[in-house]
Amino acid sequence: MKVAQVDKVNSILNVQNVNAWYGTTQALKDISFDIERYKVTALIGPSGCGKSTLIRCFNRMNDFFPTFKLSGQILLEGEDLYSPAIDPVEVRLRLGMVFQKQNPFPKSIYDNVAYGPKISGVRNRLELDTIVEESLRKAALWDEVKDKLKDNAYALSGGQQQRLCIARTLAIDPEVLLLDEPCSALDPIATGKIEELILGLKDNYTVLIVTHNMQQAARVSDFTALLYLGELIEFGVTEKIFTKPEDSRTEAYITGKFG
Amino acid sequence: MISKTQLKTILNRQKWNDRIFRVVAAIGVLIALITLGALLIDALIDGVPRLGWKFLTSFPSRKPAEAGIFSALVGSVYLIILTALIGVPIGVGAAIYLEEYTNQSSRISRIIEVNVANLAGVPSIIYGLLGLGLFVRAMGLDRSLLAGALTLALLVLPIIIISAREAIRSVPSTIREAAYALGASRWQTISDHVLPMAFPGILTGVILAVSRAIGETAPLITIGALTYIAFLPTDVGDPFTALPIQIFNWVSRPQKGFHINAAAGIVVLLAVTLLLNALAIFLRNRYQKQYS
Repeated sequence: MKVAQVDKVNSILNVQNVNAWYGTTQALKDISFDIERYKVTALIGPSGCGKSTLIRCFNRMNDFFPTFKLSGQILLEGEDLYSPAIDPVEVRLRLGMVFQKQNPFPKSIYDNVAYGPKISGVRNRLELDTIVEESLRKAALWDEVKDKLKDNAYALSGGQQQRLCIARTLAIDPEVLLLDEPCSALDPIATGKIEELILGLKDNYTVLIVTHNMQQAARVSDFTALLYLGELIEFGVTEKIFTKPEDSRTEAYITGKFG
Repeated sequence: MISKTQLKTILNRQKWNDRIFRVVAAIGVLIALITLGALLIDALIDGVPRLGWKFLTSFPSRKPAEAGIFSALVGSVYLIILTALIGVPIGVGAAIYLEEYTNQSSRISRIIEVNVANLAGVPSIIYGLLGLGLFVRAMGLDRSLLAGALTLALLVLPIIIISAREAIRSVPSTIREAAYALGASRWQTISDHVLPMAFPGILTGVILAVSRAIGETAPLITIGALTYIAFLPTDVGDPFTALPIQIFNWVSRPQKGFHINAAAGIVVLLAVTLLLNALAIFLRNRYQKQYS
């Protein structure tokens, strides 16, 4: 395992010796690496390598599987996300997630974005309006939808729906954005828009992205982690991973010899 | 290797099998339709001339020509509303608990699932006996509207639970994930997203349940619903009668006039059932439009 060290002062998330199981199947094996603040970190690897499991560990989405177990620590700003004292809801508000398949609620565009702030206690109409507009602007969707905020979100195209899901996540003002293959169901043009968006978001957010697409990892990420069969094979600066990988398996994967 | 002639006989036989099966299936459908049609026409021919405003608004009487269905009609409507008010919250609550809060693969959950399905198949007279023992006697509710509604609610509970579970299960898990990821609690996820999306399906189950309850006679007879009620119930503790009970009573009288009343009563019962179903379908379609 070749794990490059991220400057500890700049790191926001520290993954320490994480093992994860679904029942008796071990999905993640002793994973340790650090994620740098205001950077994009890509998780790549072949299907079934555990990259989705890993990203879902960060916002405790695996808690819903009754047989899921985790050992080790994931620290956000030094705080253990799995400590018994911490509320999973608080974790999910600090680390927002966007899913593989765009999943807007069958409600209006406005209500989709306003839902998170509303359940977190924002009641003031003007405040909600501001949050909705800001979030849609950050997700580069405002100009396309500003005249039809009351329309059902299902009327939008797939790419627009996914940007709406990003806006909805930004509306809860998370510190970290977790993107689980956000472009896997989108065409190249919609994918391009989302990638552009990700690059713009890293000024204010730390982004983690799971992707199947190695070109995408190379285009958008600063750091890349390669997982294989539940193990972290290599982690480091993206450019280095793609040009001078240290592990032979990394080289084989990025050159398309397996995966 | 099969020769060409052998293949031909095999194919020919299959073709004949196909034809025979089609005829058998068509006969099945015809028998069902003809029976239903005959019943309907028979009831309509006998009953329609007797129908009228006076029949609908008169209380029962010893004289067939003066007897009406007013107390039974109102009793049935009250009974159904009360049954739904009791049965729907409990049934939907049970479905939510079973679908959203229990571990689906656990042994207990599977045992409960099988048993709820079994309960749906228990003969209604058994529910009547349970109602008689529990509500009428043990709880001292007597032969009241409430005792009848509680008994019918028990009867339709499995239907509501099964269909509500089905509806809740059909809500995509991606919607739940989206809500959880935005910091929603389990209850917020259920009440804000799962239930509204499952609503049309739940309503379909309620339609089925209500249609079943409105026609039930055996459990009401078992708990001792009265047949001669010359007043309207004003309270859930009042005695009552219902359409099927009134029809059953009239049919069992020797006079021809009462048989005609029974036919008219059947037409009214069918009309009420269809009306309720139409209302529920209307509501369901409106919701479905909103959520698609």
